[in-house]
Amino acid sequence: MKESNYIKLEFPSRSSNESFARAAAAAFAAQLDPTLEELGDIRTAVSEAVTNAIVHAYPDTIGRILMRLRILNGNVLEIMVKDFGKGIENVEEARKPLFTTGGSERSGMGFTIMESFMDKLRVRSVPGKGTTVVMQRAIRLRVGKR
Amino acid sequence: MKYAASFVSGRLTVYLAGELDHHAAGEAIRVIGELIEDNMPRECVLELSGLSFMDSSGIAVIINAVRRMKALGGRLTVEKPAPQPRKVLEASGIERLIAVAAGT
Repeated sequence: MKESNYIKLEFPSRSSNESFARAAAAAFAAQLDPTLEELGDIRTAVSEAVTNAIVHAYPDTIGRILMRLRILNGNVLEIMVKDFGKGIENVEEARKPLFTTGGSERSGMGFTIMESFMDKLRVRSVPGKGTTVVMQRAIRLRVGKR
Repeated sequence: MKYAASFVSGRLTVYLAGELDHHAAGEAIRVIGELIEDNMPRECVLELSGLSFMDSSGIAVIINAVRRMKALGGRLTVEKPAPQPRKVLEASGIERLIAVAAGT
């Protein structure tokens, strides 16, 4: 049985860390031998989740963001992005396309893109305590590689 | 992010290069807005071939540009997105609102 692997990263909710988070996720995912498209999907979903935490969890302050990446059985990458910020009152509403409280610099498409680029998306939030987003994506095994 | 622009017979082309995320979006909205205000084009093209990454923040940038062009009675198109930005454009459904021309 393949030994599972994981990383945990913690960083402050500064927008300059968005590119760091997706680059780190892509570097970790590389061991699953993803295609360029799969890698692009992972970078996109991580960028959306981390941006949500930066913009919505900590609107007026800098807080902690925790990202954990795990490899699960079946060549599945699991991405967890957790914050300890203000939380989401109504998760169902927040997940709807075009819903945003972020003003004209946001499109309200973040969760829609996470959903369409990942196989599974779970969002748990407690107002005043924080939000946890967990996403999974199976990376197809390719013949003739490795 | 890097920006370049050309303005030829009423058509403003803005070339975007780099990674367009939330960190870059505020500046991109401002730069594109100023180019539109300064040139008052009939048509604005966002040329994305130099964009190596874009997330939903890019959709907000495009929607801002669409609004500015509508206010001028003009139109906005998006050209030559690489595969990753193209997939985000498709997932967002923005192609119902604007024309996206292929390339790259």
